[in-house]
Amino acid sequence: MTEAQAPEPQATEAQEGQVVLRLTDVVKTFPGVRALDGVQLEVRAGEVHCLLGQNGAGKSTLIKVLAGVHRPDEGQIEWLGQDFAPANPQAAMKAGIATIYQELDLVEDLSVAENAFLGHEPKVFGFVRRGYMARHTREILGKLGHAEIPPSRLVRSLPAAGKQVVSMARALSHDARLIIMDEPSAVLAHDEVANLFRIIRGLTAQGIAVIYISHRLEEIREIGDRVTVLKDGRTTAANLPARSTPTRDLVSRMTGRTIEYVFPEPAPAVSGAEELLRVEGLTRSGEFADVSLSVHSGEIVGIAGLVGSGRSELLETIFGARRAEAGTVRMAGKVLRPGSVSAAVRAGLGMAPEERKSQALLLGEPIYRNVTLSTFGDYARVGFTNAGRELAEANRIADQLDLRPRDVRRAVRTLSGGNQQKVVVGRWLLGDTRLLLLDEPTRGVDVGARAELYQVIRDLAAQGVGVLLVSSEVPEVLGMADRVLVMREGRMVHEAPAGQIDEDTVLDLVMAGSLQVEEVTI
Amino acid sequence: MTATTTAPVQEPEKHAAAKQSWWRDDSTEQMRRNLGLVGVLAVLIVIGIITKPELYSDGTWVRNNIFTILELASVIGVVTVGMTFVIIGGGIDLSVGAIIALAGVWSTTLATQDFGPGGMIFCALAVGIGVGVVNGILIAYGRLVAFIATLAMMVAARGLAAQISGKQTQVSTSSFINGLAANDFLGVPVLVYILAAVVAAGWVLLNRTTFGRRTVAVGGNVEAARLAGINVKRHTLLLYALSGLCCGIAAVMLTSQANSAQAAMANLYELDAIAAAIIGGTLLSGGRGTIIGSLLGVLVFSTITNLFAINNLSTEVQNMVKGGIIVAAVLIQQVQFKSLSQFFSKNKITTS
Repeated sequence: MTEAQAPEPQATEAQEGQVVLRLTDVVKTFPGVRALDGVQLEVRAGEVHCLLGQNGAGKSTLIKVLAGVHRPDEGQIEWLGQDFAPANPQAAMKAGIATIYQELDLVEDLSVAENAFLGHEPKVFGFVRRGYMARHTREILGKLGHAEIPPSRLVRSLPAAGKQVVSMARALSHDARLIIMDEPSAVLAHDEVANLFRIIRGLTAQGIAVIYISHRLEEIREIGDRVTVLKDGRTTAANLPARSTPTRDLVSRMTGRTIEYVFPEPAPAVSGAEELLRVEGLTRSGEFADVSLSVHSGEIVGIAGLVGSGRSELLETIFGARRAEAGTVRMAGKVLRPGSVSAAVRAGLGMAPEERKSQALLLGEPIYRNVTLSTFGDYARVGFTNAGRELAEANRIADQLDLRPRDVRRAVRTLSGGNQQKVVVGRWLLGDTRLLLLDEPTRGVDVGARAELYQVIRDLAAQGVGVLLVSSEVPEVLGMADRVLVMREGRMVHEAPAGQIDEDTVLDLVMAGSLQVEEVTI
Repeated sequence: MTATTTAPVQEPEKHAAAKQSWWRDDSTEQMRRNLGLVGVLAVLIVIGIITKPELYSDGTWVRNNIFTILELASVIGVVTVGMTFVIIGGGIDLSVGAIIALAGVWSTTLATQDFGPGGMIFCALAVGIGVGVVNGILIAYGRLVAFIATLAMMVAARGLAAQISGKQTQVSTSSFINGLAANDFLGVPVLVYILAAVVAAGWVLLNRTTFGRRTVAVGGNVEAARLAGINVKRHTLLLYALSGLCCGIAAVMLTSQANSAQAAMANLYELDAIAAAIIGGTLLSGGRGTIIGSLLGVLVFSTITNLFAINNLSTEVQNMVKGGIIVAAVLIQQVQFKSLSQFFSKNKITTS
């Protein structure tokens, strides 16, 4: 395309349809993961360009590269016809690329105007020009169709939709030419989404390009112009027309792995196994509602769902880390006291939480103390810890899980992600754990250690432990589980034996409830 | 109590590993830090020898001076043991000085003194634990920030102490209690024995009991501790009660030193105790710290005080030096942790 060498066009009219951003073979590697592995992307002025991909496909990394948070290892980024390598987020902002993250990065206790101009306040001799700032903010808010928000109002007091408007006002205060929106509709109610779309249309009419990320296909159809699909850090399809591409085409480009998942052979199904866990009508408002499920001895039950579908909250509630508002959790027939982790542990539940480092490990402490964190009291005599017994048990677990390095006195901090996860899982192999709750057990774990963890989970099930597994990676749920539950927006929407459901169907169920009715047959 | 007697049937080398743990329990990093503090102590003593060689040439003076330093350290040392537990557990206790004042005043009222020294000691300990429990309930169950809850207690407890004493100095008539500070046993002051006992008990509690393990877990990662089934709230409550108990002991010691108690006693002890714990390597954010380190921290401060006293220097200069030492100690620790390890790892890469 020839307009690449064109000097920065001034008039937005002339820019209509011109390519403003072009990525060629962009690669970004993190230790153990190739997060971006050759991404192509082309965004035109005045279009809404949708990015589609499963969790872990590299969307977030791509955004961060564009926003100046990460620097690409290889490849080329061309912005307004020039090479673009922002040193930091401020530089990207200055260049005209604004990013609105899913977790809005607003300062709650500052006013709307102060947030809009955060970091580049208009100044005279070091004094902020408050009047000018307020006037300018009001102008921008008017452009966004929200003149009713007073610039002096504290952001804390605004609803989620209002905060998003403030984020966009910030982007416009920088004269952004490209606005990246990461799942902007996730925090919005239905009628607010319509308003968001109206704002986006207003922006594109001014020649501003928008990169729109969403898991909801119907939104992409409504607002998007073109779609680029990512899978495993690669562009699998570029510039598809957003309205006319069949859903099946889009979904099939997102699925089908290039990274092979190696799942161990499933154990033969045990008939008439004892029911361990029974959850009935479990509810926490705003997180999940009326969830019922059961797990049998030796069974692996997988829950598929997006981040924010309430899966992690559900697991934590079952475990007693959150208190249910309604519903019961029964373990082997006995009702667990709600909101009590120790009651759950006594009843034989164990949990490996989603955030290993912040929720499960004492990073500076030795491995063995982490392994025995929930059992050291059992080995103690009249309050005195028994280091010998603890070391022996930790060594046994380390052998069983093939922990590397093997020295259980080393600080957990020194272990790789996969081995840290083994420590967390290993903790529950001690004691009388009969049901294990695993939340994203392979996040941040490299491929080799993944296979080992899968084997550990299978072995546990073979020994009669029940497993409830949550993962946002659909193939993992399908590959590991005997039975699959699909969760969307806090509700269980589907249940099927693993053999009778495929990745496309799950993905469709997870992403957009309305679509599978018309296009996917169940 | 030893690991070997209670361990079930295991291979012999595992036993060896268990025995070894008695030595290796304090991480080497902590060991190095403590050695550094011993080095600081040595430097301070050398400065003393250089500035006052005539005193240091006298053997009995040196012996007495060591006991002077230890006695100076004894009260604050006991407080610091409790403080170390609270800080390792992820909290802070700003009310220790006020608790000492309240416990001291309460135990020396005429009514309490009627019960004799036993009654007075019981009263001091009970008041200390009681106030600590109130702190703990406010923080663990009332979800107040520890800084704020104990700040409020610091003001309130001292107010109560002034109310009870009518702002008067209350003289202790118990010869037993007054004798604690005055008397020696086998040539060593009784207060030093008390300090040694509290430090030893604190060390065992932190390193050899489930209580100590829970303290490290709760301070190191509250969420992990909670999800492992540890009752975090109850443990937090116990930590503040323990700090209160230490304050109660310190109140008896301080009363015996002055033969009296008053509402203004133990002023700013909270700052001395926190400073000693921090230069002893206790992480203010919790999860790491040692009793030995804290003891060394206290000794460094009391040695400085002693050094200034024998050189007839003012307390003003002394406070400035103390402030400098706190900053220097924390800076050195940061260097040790981040820059130095980074520096070495970088060098390794470039040289290999």
